[in-house]
Amino acid sequence: MPHNETYNDRVVRLFLLAAAVWGVVGMGVGVFIAAQLAWPALNFDTPWLTFSRLRPDHTFGVIFAFGGSALMGTCYYVVQRTGHTRLALPGLATFTFWGWQLVCILAMTTMPLGITQSKEYAEPEWLIDLLVAAVWVSFGVVFFATLARRRIKHIYVANWYYGAFIIAVALLHIVNNIVIPVSLTKSYPVYSGTVDAMVQWWYGHNAVAFFLTAGFLGMMYYFVPRQAQQPLWSYRFSIVNFWALISVYMWAGSHHLMYTALPDWVQSVGMAFSILLLMPSWGSAANGLLTFNGAWKRVASDPAAKFMVLALVFYAAATTEGSLMAVKTVNSLSHYTDWTVAHVHSGAIGWVAMITIGSLYAMAPRALGRPAMHSKRSMELHFWMHTAGLILYVASMWTAGVTAGLMWRATDANGALIYPFIDSLIAIRPFYLIRFLGGTLILGGMVVMAWNLWHTAADARARLIKPIPVPIPEPVPHQVPAPVPARA
Amino acid sequence: MAKGYRYFEAVEKHAGKLGILTAIMVSIGGLAEITPLFVEAHTITATEGVKPYDPLRLAGKDIYVREGCYTCHTQMIRSLRAETQRYGAYSISSESVYDRPHQWGSKRTGPDLARIGGKYSDDWQRLHLLDPRAVVKASNMPGYPWLADEKIDSDDIVARMYALRKLGDPYTDADMAEAPAALEGKTAMDALVAYLQGLGLPPSGEATAP
Repeated sequence: MPHNETYNDRVVRLFLLAAAVWGVVGMGVGVFIAAQLAWPALNFDTPWLTFSRLRPDHTFGVIFAFGGSALMGTCYYVVQRTGHTRLALPGLATFTFWGWQLVCILAMTTMPLGITQSKEYAEPEWLIDLLVAAVWVSFGVVFFATLARRRIKHIYVANWYYGAFIIAVALLHIVNNIVIPVSLTKSYPVYSGTVDAMVQWWYGHNAVAFFLTAGFLGMMYYFVPRQAQQPLWSYRFSIVNFWALISVYMWAGSHHLMYTALPDWVQSVGMAFSILLLMPSWGSAANGLLTFNGAWKRVASDPAAKFMVLALVFYAAATTEGSLMAVKTVNSLSHYTDWTVAHVHSGAIGWVAMITIGSLYAMAPRALGRPAMHSKRSMELHFWMHTAGLILYVASMWTAGVTAGLMWRATDANGALIYPFIDSLIAIRPFYLIRFLGGTLILGGMVVMAWNLWHTAADARARLIKPIPVPIPEPVPHQVPAPVPARA
Repeated sequence: MAKGYRYFEAVEKHAGKLGILTAIMVSIGGLAEITPLFVEAHTITATEGVKPYDPLRLAGKDIYVREGCYTCHTQMIRSLRAETQRYGAYSISSESVYDRPHQWGSKRTGPDLARIGGKYSDDWQRLHLLDPRAVVKASNMPGYPWLADEKIDSDDIVARMYALRKLGDPYTDADMAEAPAALEGKTAMDALVAYLQGLGLPPSGEATAP
């Protein structure tokens, strides 16, 4: 049947560009604040350059600006390809792009000015939160409307993860940000003290679960089989892992509050569910890695696949570590130290950034109308810079965390504490320098990627790209809802 | 195809059902853990002797929130021996009922501050905030010198007290009326020092006047 329906890759390209830019900005801020911890003079006694005001810029920049742009872009790419349909509601889809960029710019400029809720990973004030909610609901509408017009009846598993990511993040964002505004720039949460702490870490932990895990698993489930050029190792296993992951994760937030004033039973429930989480976490990682079985030769010659494989290894490692750290005994040592920082970065730089980079390298040539990325050698360079930086980063922070944790609890023969607090800081200062070097390597790799994408996008910039036609399959009878007919 | 598959087929071929089931599954955990605390919260707010922040300390607490002190300091002494030896009695729920948002924190690049009140003099705190390395040579804390030049806007603080009263904090009309006088001529530095000096004092204790 002749038809002229094409994929909407324009909005995908916009998100791809935004992800590359925000990746450099977010990680650039990260390297700067890492340097401030090593050399405090870099705060320059200037309010908006001060560590405590810039640190949320780093976390927001990498999680929501870089990660969010990559997730929304790949989500739009995947839902079209797996449903054999063009994106629904193109105007709204373009609004989600500009709306999200506005959110990121507003958040990243207001937080250093001191306009902040100081709720970790939910710092932007109420006006920005409202805009986030509007953009997010629009994103959900575009996604589900596109699903509704798919021509493939079966919903591919990647879309489940993207769907859960959209639904859960909306729920978390709204519940955690219920406030009473005092002025345009200040509000008070309706929750206080212990309740606020529980709501905050239910949000904080599940921002990790649904933003940094479910969304990126959606990416993984599409791009890993695509790059390995063979089907998923076990489809049924992916189904079991999906339901386990989304239901168990939501219980685990209280492991951020071990030995605190939170009621003991909530702490114990959080610990139990955190251990249960090993199952879906390892399951998803194993499913991805085993998909490469029989295609390992390809990994040696394909830098994008290398990023994906190492991402899955770090996913397995970081989730194992996370469950371990949720055990009260381990938590008593690790919590409040740089071990937490090491853990979150082995997840963020290892799993999240690497699966994103791998997926962007896989998607970019297709979305940009080129046979391959501009430079394969620079992809290899990026891989090794990123890996070396990651190892320097997590190894130094693990050492710093364990060192500080042991010094804080060390007692002499009489049972008196041995070290004043400042001694633990002096002991770990050298590791802050190593962490800074690791971060610099990772940032350098991101600049290499941005350069490579810029050259790969030469055709796009010259507006030479031909839209890719949607392959319209034989219609399946009796679909609900009825699929969009191919246009003649 | 497995025997039970046709039941599951109804889910994985229908976006609506899949979405609804997902929404249910992700809601259970939060409901189970947060609802009991939320209900319980109404019974523990009235712990005897814990009063809402006076205007100056409220202003100070909001400076603490604005500057993002939670990125490096906790206000939560865990029920572990090494913690109580270093920082004092472990923190309890009723001590943070007026903290919106809570400032328990998640990272100690600097020490816990839950019971810092009265441990150092006002002058030490002021000097330390202006230039941390003037008093602690090895510190990597940023300086906050701009706080000394920033005047507290009493209208703003009174508006904040009204907002907090809406949320249930027991500020009286007299508290509101007295606030402007208490804030007269105070700087952000005075407010933050007053807040820090009041942290963790026993309920009957009064913060030392700045």
